[in-house]
Amino acid sequence: MTELLLDASGVVKRYGSVTALRDASLSIRPGEIHALMGANGAGKSTFVKVLTGAVRPDAGTIILRGQERQAHSPAEARRSGMVSVYQEPAILPDLTVLENLVLTETPVEAFRTQLDDLGIKNLDLRAHARNLPLATLRVIDLARALAIEPDVLLLDEMTAALPADLTAGVLEAIARQRGTSRSVIFISHRMLEVAGLCDRATVLRDGSTVGVVDVSPGAEHEIVDLMLGSAREGEERGATAPSAPRTAQAADATPRLSARNLAAGRNLVDVSFDLHEGEVLGLVALEGQGQDELFDVLSGQVRPESGQVLIDGGAVHFGHPSDAIRAGVVLVPADRSSALLMQRSVRENVALPRLAGVRSWGLINVGEERRQVGAAIDRLQIDTRAQAEVQRLSGGNQQKVTIARWLSSSVRTYLFYDPTRGIDIRTKAEIYDLVRELAGAGAAVLLLTSELEEIKRVCDRAIVVFGGTVVDEMPADVADEPTLLRSAHGLEAAMAAVAASAAAAPDGQAS
Amino acid sequence: MTRLAAARGGLGRWARGDSWTVGLIVIFAALFVFTKILRPTYGLDALAIASLPVAFAAAGQAIVVISGGIDLSIGSVMALTNVIAASLLLSYPELSVPIVIFVMLVGLLIGAINGVLVVVSRVPDIVVTLAMLFVWAGVALLVLGTPGGASTSWLRQISSGTLGIELIPRALVVLLAIVGVVWIPLRRSRLGLSIYAIGSNRLAAFRSGVNVEGTKIAAYALTGFFASLGGLALTASTGIGTPIPGPYLLLSVAAIVLGGVSLAGGRGGLLGPIVGIYILGIIRADLTFIGMEPAFSTVIQGVIMVVVVMVGAYLTLRRRLA
Repeated sequence: MTELLLDASGVVKRYGSVTALRDASLSIRPGEIHALMGANGAGKSTFVKVLTGAVRPDAGTIILRGQERQAHSPAEARRSGMVSVYQEPAILPDLTVLENLVLTETPVEAFRTQLDDLGIKNLDLRAHARNLPLATLRVIDLARALAIEPDVLLLDEMTAALPADLTAGVLEAIARQRGTSRSVIFISHRMLEVAGLCDRATVLRDGSTVGVVDVSPGAEHEIVDLMLGSAREGEERGATAPSAPRTAQAADATPRLSARNLAAGRNLVDVSFDLHEGEVLGLVALEGQGQDELFDVLSGQVRPESGQVLIDGGAVHFGHPSDAIRAGVVLVPADRSSALLMQRSVRENVALPRLAGVRSWGLINVGEERRQVGAAIDRLQIDTRAQAEVQRLSGGNQQKVTIARWLSSSVRTYLFYDPTRGIDIRTKAEIYDLVRELAGAGAAVLLLTSELEEIKRVCDRAIVVFGGTVVDEMPADVADEPTLLRSAHGLEAAMAAVAASAAAAPDGQAS
Repeated sequence: MTRLAAARGGLGRWARGDSWTVGLIVIFAALFVFTKILRPTYGLDALAIASLPVAFAAAGQAIVVISGGIDLSIGSVMALTNVIAASLLLSYPELSVPIVIFVMLVGLLIGAINGVLVVVSRVPDIVVTLAMLFVWAGVALLVLGTPGGASTSWLRQISSGTLGIELIPRALVVLLAIVGVVWIPLRRSRLGLSIYAIGSNRLAAFRSGVNVEGTKIAAYALTGFFASLGGLALTASTGIGTPIPGPYLLLSVAAIVLGGVSLAGGRGGLLGPIVGIYILGIIRADLTFIGMEPAFSTVIQGVIMVVVVMVGAYLTLRRRLA
């Protein structure tokens, strides 16, 4: 048994009444590449903050090279031999690359060597960071971390949104750390990378470490099972419960909205799907798989670089959100602060998009407006005691306002982008009911969700987007969490097997 | 019960929603009573006439700040429209009505040019309008190299003296009538809501289907329109055109800060800044009446402004936490 390089155990972190970490632990051997895995909300990001000294735990010990470490800031953690690289490069955009190196006391020659190995040659160190592409900055950030030769290197979603050639270089550089006295903690949504690169994986669930897995062929399934845990058992129990009656739609009917080979930006590569009248189509994707760009395109905020959007079978070209609104396609974003006028009243927030559909700059019909706004507020039971300023409403009520403002007979297609993120359970249930009600009344709904159990509960059908394309499609009643999660991690082969077994045992009790 | 009934009425709702302006009016009333005690001959009409140009500037500045911008060229535009009006009125005294309308349209156009430059260049508003401050000031000097020109009698008449009783100066009536005729319908229109929307949250407004660029240009055009009214008021009160801008830019910004318009945009109205101008004006008069040295009096004005805004921020914070 070799001595452990890093040994964190019994880590507890509470935020008020919320316990983010109950009993998190992580043991890293020298020279190992260790994956830290967990579903959304498992406590992964809090654990990383504790490990890097950004957050002080309420209990637990962190032992680095046999000595208890008490870092109270990322700078102290860095001096004690632990360096982290995040998805957002920690590089000051207004300084040159060289100045950024000097600021962090990075040896320039070692940095050069690392950067060469990572596949970026002849970088001008006098270039301002602002003028370099994001992918380059992230590689620079990694090279800078490698140049310091830290005992423990923590990489958070390092390969997300990197072009393929740089990804290969990055993965090789990480692999080279194996067998040295140094170790890497690797956090990634991409299960295949984890399987190909890591020696062991620690899995977090509900704030606790639930297992440490030796990564070998087939270990992905074990990891997914650990990540889901009781949620999966619950899901399987739920599968036998009668689901809400769904409107059946003729498969040959013209879809309300069709996406054809849509591509935009770096992440959206080639997405096609159909969305029918009366249907709730679930969309599942890990972060940065092109879903943001897809919603931007469908709601008229961004023009696609290629591909087409069709409404009722006819091609449309949205140049502005008002074009989409006139075509009856509306977006309900997750981030309420980007959907609402926070300092303005509920009335104005509800009235604004209704006016956007009108071409004139004319006067508002006061009586008609008051009636419509009142009806929308009643329908969603928005608590309007604080209606003079939306920012004084609770998060759930704010989210209701973002939906209420679009409740109108002229809206026929709703794009919900994670509408239940960060809101309480009761409001969540109300929003689920509302989504079903909208579909029942003939609207077509595209629902992106990060909470996988919502797919079975609310949707008729689900598509999974990975790497900018639709990798999977299934009816909602077989879309349980393991299936969706495997698919969303790009494990298509595993997916096919699950789909086959689900087909063989339609009651979802496949074993 | 009575409170509820009052709250149902339009005035009550306005008072509750715009408690800041109500507070300012109360402060002004107290200052006015104080001034009357200090100097019984003091009349509101002198204050109203002196404040008219800068009150129009404050109203215009308020619109563009609500939309999330700022217009540093407002003083220059006032000077430019002032000299255009004065020169034309000297040459064609018989065409005074068309000239006044023409000057208003020039203001609208100048504002629209400012707005288009901000939208097209994507340079921050403060930079573009700073540049335009010099441009419009230069154009004003081209139009009229030295103070001169003329006014017309009706311009002077509609803005001086009082209507019936002493408490209703004509200049105040003209001011409120014009602002009311322009702003109240606008406030109830799609454009008005859009102006608040882009100032409050550009992205949310865009996602709600608002034409962000068009609205911004319209807001600047309205500001230019009010600046031209300020220029005409200068022509009326001085009787000539003066190509060098007065201190109206900074006064207009001071008034909107005092008047409850958020410099971050999206919040406030036009009445608050107008009352703010009156308060700044009457304080200046008071400080003269009590024999304060002029240099010291500007210090006092600045301190009063900071204190009022601080107290306001404190009250807002307390209400929000309650």
